[in-house]
Amino acid sequence: MSEHIATRVAYGETLAAMAQQYPDLVVLDADLSGSTNSKKFADVCPERFFNIGIAEANMTGIAAGLATCGKRPFISTFAMFATGRAWEQIRNSIAYPRLNVKVVGSHGGLSVGEDGATHQCLEDYAIMRAIPGMMVLSPCDGPEMRLATKALLDYDGPAYMRLGRLAVDSVTDEIPGYTFELGKGIQLREGSDVTVIATGMMVQQAVLASDALKSEGVGVRVIDMHTIKPLDEEIVLKAARETGVIVTSEEATVLGGLGSAVCECVAGSCPVPVIRHGVQDEFGRSGEAKQVLAAFGLTADGIATAVRKALNLKK
Amino acid sequence: MTHQELALTAAKGRLLGLDMVYRAASGHPGGSLSAMDLLTDLYQNIMRIDPQNPRDPDRDRFVLSKGHCTPALYPMLALRGYFPLADLQLFRSIHGQMSGHAEMNLVKGVDMSTGSLGQGISVAVGMALAGKMDQKSYRVYAMLGDGEIEEGQVWEAAMSAAKFHLDNLCAIVDVNGLQIDGPTAEVMPSEPLDEKWASFGWHVILCDGHDFAAIEQAFAQAAAVKDKPTVILARTVKGKGVSYMENNVGWHGKAPNAQQYHQGREELIAQIKELAVQAGRSPEEELAPILAILCEDKEGN
Repeated sequence: MSEHIATRVAYGETLAAMAQQYPDLVVLDADLSGSTNSKKFADVCPERFFNIGIAEANMTGIAAGLATCGKRPFISTFAMFATGRAWEQIRNSIAYPRLNVKVVGSHGGLSVGEDGATHQCLEDYAIMRAIPGMMVLSPCDGPEMRLATKALLDYDGPAYMRLGRLAVDSVTDEIPGYTFELGKGIQLREGSDVTVIATGMMVQQAVLASDALKSEGVGVRVIDMHTIKPLDEEIVLKAARETGVIVTSEEATVLGGLGSAVCECVAGSCPVPVIRHGVQDEFGRSGEAKQVLAAFGLTADGIATAVRKALNLKK
Repeated sequence: MTHQELALTAAKGRLLGLDMVYRAASGHPGGSLSAMDLLTDLYQNIMRIDPQNPRDPDRDRFVLSKGHCTPALYPMLALRGYFPLADLQLFRSIHGQMSGHAEMNLVKGVDMSTGSLGQGISVAVGMALAGKMDQKSYRVYAMLGDGEIEEGQVWEAAMSAAKFHLDNLCAIVDVNGLQIDGPTAEVMPSEPLDEKWASFGWHVILCDGHDFAAIEQAFAQAAAVKDKPTVILARTVKGKGVSYMENNVGWHGKAPNAQQYHQGREELIAQIKELAVQAGRSPEEELAPILAILCEDKEGN
């Protein structure tokens, strides 16, 4: 049965559910535990939850120290501050020594809505992806977030994962044979005219676009790329060969994130046109989340427009 | 070790550190020389460590938050037996693992990779927190520079260490009064350091960072403090032990030329000889393994 839940809620529920199974799991937050839902873990396991206050740099360093002593720290706050404020701490104190710390950024993208541009992190995929050895995840719905969180618990190394603010329909639980594996994209819709590779909550919009375009006779393959780095090059190149054109879609800047990763992949092995759907090198703005997303074209209609553009390039 | 033996070991560390920087033609001699006595006491007398088991989960930890002072840390690790003295010859070299800043995955005995200032103290907080969670008896030491504490993260870390009652954490500030661009009092005034740390909830100990009796007393006092972290504000002389480097801001991150190397080397060799006699050791035997790995002294014999 399809559920309607924010990925941040699924994240907090999963941490809480896994508390006993993983005695080394420790969870840190920077005064946003209610928003990130790490409070769900704190409620069931207060002795392994640490509120570091509004001090993201310090939280990142403390997590590194905990990891050197065998703990499995998950640190969460808003994506803007987790990856932006503490970028250099993540690079030098976590990624470079390859410590087992999971950085989790909630409220990523434009969907923070009313808070406006200062809190709308559009660059997290790009700046985390730039760090050597850093895994970058953006699961799209509740079921996938639960599986991703569990997979990260068992993954030994630095990783970043984005959580969304808004409740979203689940799309992965209706796919027969769906399995979650870090670094492996998943095909959610078949199609041979064009491929949409999406991540995070743009996956739902891509599915809607695909279903709508099907009635127009356009076959849109949809790939849910929950792991942006390392990129599943196999599924990307297969799509490039079989559909000849690709649209990427992300609730993020088109500079440096999923779109860039896909371009880098096809450019070297199977060059096909790629349309990068996302935020085009600009800041967000305040407004009700759905209105802001619509203003920037981050909708199923926006993806459909990009698909038509892509089909023209194919001709 | 006796205080005489500590002084002798520190002098050896200074000669090795000077040689590393000269050979690499780069590095940070000033703050390494100021921190050498504190590091010597930590690695020889204070920390419970075993060079044969460098990842022992119950060991005491040391974080060189002023991560550029590897010409102090690496000689100390070598002199404590973590790796051969000859490994120091590849400091900052493409041909070896002795990187410019402290590296936990490359250099045996290093507990945390550091270099970007202000971050190591947070890591030490995390280590101490893990020790409390696991009810371990190990202690965590972190050394910071007095310029480094201009980084805001240091004070974030200071607040959190007090919140978590980390009496297993001891920070040492190497207060040599100088940073790259000049005296700390001019670049960014940070005094009164004791009142600042005390107001952040730390037990504060002032000591002379070149007086082994005072250093040992400070570490003993720190270990006895309950419910709060301790900071040792150690007054030091930047460039200590090499006359032309002492209190000279120009030697923060510069390598000596051949003539300067010769002079510093001769001064330190003389100190080692004198301290060996005071410690009841043979000057020749103490010097031999050091001299065996030093650079060619182009200005000397």
